[in-house]
Amino acid sequence: MLIFSVFKTLTDQTVTVELKNDLSITGVLKSVDQFLNIRLDNITVSDAARHPHMMAVKNCFIRGSVVRYVSLPAEHVDTQLLEDATRREAANQVKR
Amino acid sequence: MSSLQGYVDRRVTLILQDGRVIVGLLAGFDQKSNVVLSDSKERVYSTDEGVEEIPLGLYLVKGDMMCVFNSFSHARESNPRCSTLIGELDEEIDQATDLSTIRAEPLPPIRY
Repeated sequence: MLIFSVFKTLTDQTVTVELKNDLSITGVLKSVDQFLNIRLDNITVSDAARHPHMMAVKNCFIRGSVVRYVSLPAEHVDTQLLEDATRREAANQVKR
Repeated sequence: MSSLQGYVDRRVTLILQDGRVIVGLLAGFDQKSNVVLSDSKERVYSTDEGVEEIPLGLYLVKGDMMCVFNSFSHARESNPRCSTLIGELDEEIDQATDLSTIRAEPLPPIRY
């Protein structure tokens, strides 16, 4: 749930999503849901010469389960806050 | 909720877990991101010839771990396939593209 919230704060930022089939897609994060499915607008595929499959695709929906990495704009992530929040959540889970 | 609503009745590209690419008209979907494509075609990419389009007809693609069902009883195989990515096709760009000139390696399958 915490990561879901983080993604929600990042809507309208440009992110790069690397999929588990080695496709990397850069685009503007439009929305995200509880499965971490991602909607991207204005996408470009890195290494477009090797992957022309998405040439005519301008926006897309990515299933959360196939995402390997999401690279975020560092200036829009409060790392300190995230660190504290994740530790708090981890501590809560131990208690339960 | 990041839903597929905006894609209904649009021509979409679907990339499946096994790397296949299917284009078709998105007829419907549900919360598990199962989707129904009408008038769908598979696009087979290869490095030594142009893109081959195989008509598939009406396709139901499971969102998660299950199979693809289609309206043809002679489905070529019944491997589990599921969707990984759905994108809206820009019709203009798509129509301007001569598929027979495109050479590309097929997409690799998803590896967990």
